[in-house]
Amino acid sequence: MQEYRMHLMLCAGTGCVSNHAFDIEKAFKRELEKHNLQDEVQVVDTGCQGFCERGPIMIVQPGDIFYEMLEEKDIPYLVEEHFLKGRPVEKHMYVPKGGENPIPKLSDIGFFKKQKLIALANRGLIDPENIDEYIGREGYSALAKVLSEMTPEEVVKEVKDSGLRGRGGGGFSTGTKWEFAKNSPGDEKYIICNADEGDPGAFMDRSIVESDPHVILEGMAIGAYAIGATHGFIYVRDEYPLAVERINKAIKDAREYGLLGEDIFEAGFDFDVSVSRGAGAFVCGEETSLIASLEGNMPEPRVRPPYPAVAGYKGKPTNINNVETWANIRHIINRGAEWYSSIGTETSKGTKVFSLVGKVNNTGLVEVPMGISVRDIIFDIGGGVMNGKKFKAVQTGGPSGGCIPESLMDTPVGYDTFAKIGSIVGSGGMIVMDEDNCMVEVARYFLAFTQQESCGKCTPCREGTRHMLDILTRITEGKGKEEDLDVLEDMCGLIGSTSLCALGATAPNPVLTTMKYFRDEYEAHIKEGRCPAKECKSLITYTILEDKCTGCTLCARDCPVTAITGERKGIHVIDPDICVKCGICKAVCNFGAVRIES
Amino acid sequence: MIKYTLNGDLVEQKDETTILESAGRNGFKIPTLCNNEHLTPFGGCRLCLVEVATERNPDMKKLMPSCTARISSGLIIDTNSHRVQQSRRFIISMLISRSPKAEKLREIAKEIGLPEERSELSPSEKYLLDDAPSIVTTNCILCGLCVRACAEIPMRDAISFSARGMERMVKTPFEKYAETCIGCGSCAYVCPTDTITIEEVV
Repeated sequence: MQEYRMHLMLCAGTGCVSNHAFDIEKAFKRELEKHNLQDEVQVVDTGCQGFCERGPIMIVQPGDIFYEMLEEKDIPYLVEEHFLKGRPVEKHMYVPKGGENPIPKLSDIGFFKKQKLIALANRGLIDPENIDEYIGREGYSALAKVLSEMTPEEVVKEVKDSGLRGRGGGGFSTGTKWEFAKNSPGDEKYIICNADEGDPGAFMDRSIVESDPHVILEGMAIGAYAIGATHGFIYVRDEYPLAVERINKAIKDAREYGLLGEDIFEAGFDFDVSVSRGAGAFVCGEETSLIASLEGNMPEPRVRPPYPAVAGYKGKPTNINNVETWANIRHIINRGAEWYSSIGTETSKGTKVFSLVGKVNNTGLVEVPMGISVRDIIFDIGGGVMNGKKFKAVQTGGPSGGCIPESLMDTPVGYDTFAKIGSIVGSGGMIVMDEDNCMVEVARYFLAFTQQESCGKCTPCREGTRHMLDILTRITEGKGKEEDLDVLEDMCGLIGSTSLCALGATAPNPVLTTMKYFRDEYEAHIKEGRCPAKECKSLITYTILEDKCTGCTLCARDCPVTAITGERKGIHVIDPDICVKCGICKAVCNFGAVRIES
Repeated sequence: MIKYTLNGDLVEQKDETTILESAGRNGFKIPTLCNNEHLTPFGGCRLCLVEVATERNPDMKKLMPSCTARISSGLIIDTNSHRVQQSRRFIISMLISRSPKAEKLREIAKEIGLPEERSELSPSEKYLLDDAPSIVTTNCILCGLCVRACAEIPMRDAISFSARGMERMVKTPFEKYAETCIGCGSCAYVCPTDTITIEEVV
């Protein structure tokens, strides 16, 4: 094996790839060759390293030097300075918002400091397409351990004792779920990995599959051994091409090494995995719909019980877990239930991966111990709200979750703590909203999503969400009626309790929580025809301030509907009858002369 | 022998059936729209929801569709609690709002005691029955009886659901003349709202 002096761990997750990470890689290789360094410095494509906001990113090892926002044109200089002359380049180092001095080391950056990596343990450290690198990081040792030292009962007990709960949103005890499937009679059993991540703003599962595909295969093989399954499926969203490619490569490599297939580790255990690409509906993430889709049927949930543990794929006992849940398994086996359960809170053990998005400075993927406060995630790791705006709320759990307002920011992350305030941990989406977000519009947006994704099988989810969306839409248009809030509240409760599956049952959550914590905003829309956040287009007008307008004509030139008139160096005026409230004038004005009124 | 509590009384039953079936045997009629004893239960219309708890955990009452949920020892079932009535009224109001011309829905509304006096309606019922804009023009309530009947009785699969959510509809394959249809009339027979009709073709 070739030894290198230095390793450039270049992020090749979807975010950085779309920011031309592969062009950067080519440039690095070209420049390294130019200086004859190709045998001394290795360029490694890693999976998502999490700090998507600053991409394309790279970590130089040894030294832990973090480079961000790389550009092709700067690569020759970087190679010469750092890799030839040994002088790290400040220009591409991270500078915290409001700070002046660049922070060279990854471990000193706030975004990474408070994180605790278990599911993402291999983040930025291995090439996801190289099975040897995974094995080099203790990969498949947990599978070896269970096959050579543990009985299926012991494996189930270990996972149960660890306190691990389903990371896909349900939060059900993983060990208990395995126990059900194990004890369920049947000669043929199945294991499924749910990688059909569909929440807006969520990319936890995608990143794990892309950055560490073998961790899922190893977890599934352990689960299969525990419950007595011989075949597994990975149901992955078809919109994740890189994830599909990498998991397929991982399966091929694992088969070649005998880590999948017949008589694994000569322990008489057979297990293989196939990949099924998702059918493109949000409801496919619901376990019974996913199984229906896997069987080639319409993705439609069915009533439980019977649970998949009793009658799942083809009516056989099936255990289904989410990507992140599978990614925790090998660590629990290797390090023990006691270690795992020492992390987190009384009822929520271990860590949780969140995708931090919206109006937060450090957009990206973070893994934190359960029990950390929402405030710590958003301010210490996320670096606070963008553009110095005021924090308003954070939506957790995607469209099935609720929003958490400023007053509840100190709530510790956990299944029960979040449930108590009307939200859910869910699969881990965290959408940050600032003072410019209208909370009625937020509720309308999420409900529009669930309404569109409702499969239509049951009456409350199909008809009920449509009526709620109608009401919310008319409120944002300033046509709300006084009784609308009572109707919404009434419907939220009824849809929640009468829907067939979790999609409908949780759809009212964003509406319930915004109505609870931001009722004044709803009332302002209905009673005063005013949108306090100045976001709802029907309720706002754009005007130009006479004392600030310099007559530069920029707004008039950029207005797509020519609603702005005015002489050069004269005051400009917006015609409210033509204005479509697109906001371009406000965005381009250099003098802050455009004002939104409501 | 299965022993469970049904509306306050202890019931003993030899065979394991759905709650709907067992309640019927004991004289409690539960309204349904998407159920037919000869077809696979669907659990979609949600009209037959009943409140179910267990003796171990009597306060944790869950609404469950009685057409798919089955009886077992130790269950406490209420087929007519306040919550059950509320849910039924809500479901039927939504369906009437969808298909106001469907006679069957009005009949059920009367049966389950949805008040005709507007002042006695809940906020959401009032909205659904008086205020909500109608966006479909069909009496089809998507109960799926026709789809299951076609698949399970003549086993022809000449019709199925297409699309999702409010766009969901019952259609023939590719909306073309269904070559597998044998004109048996099963679909029309089971349709609760008489949306499917049979025409003689010479």
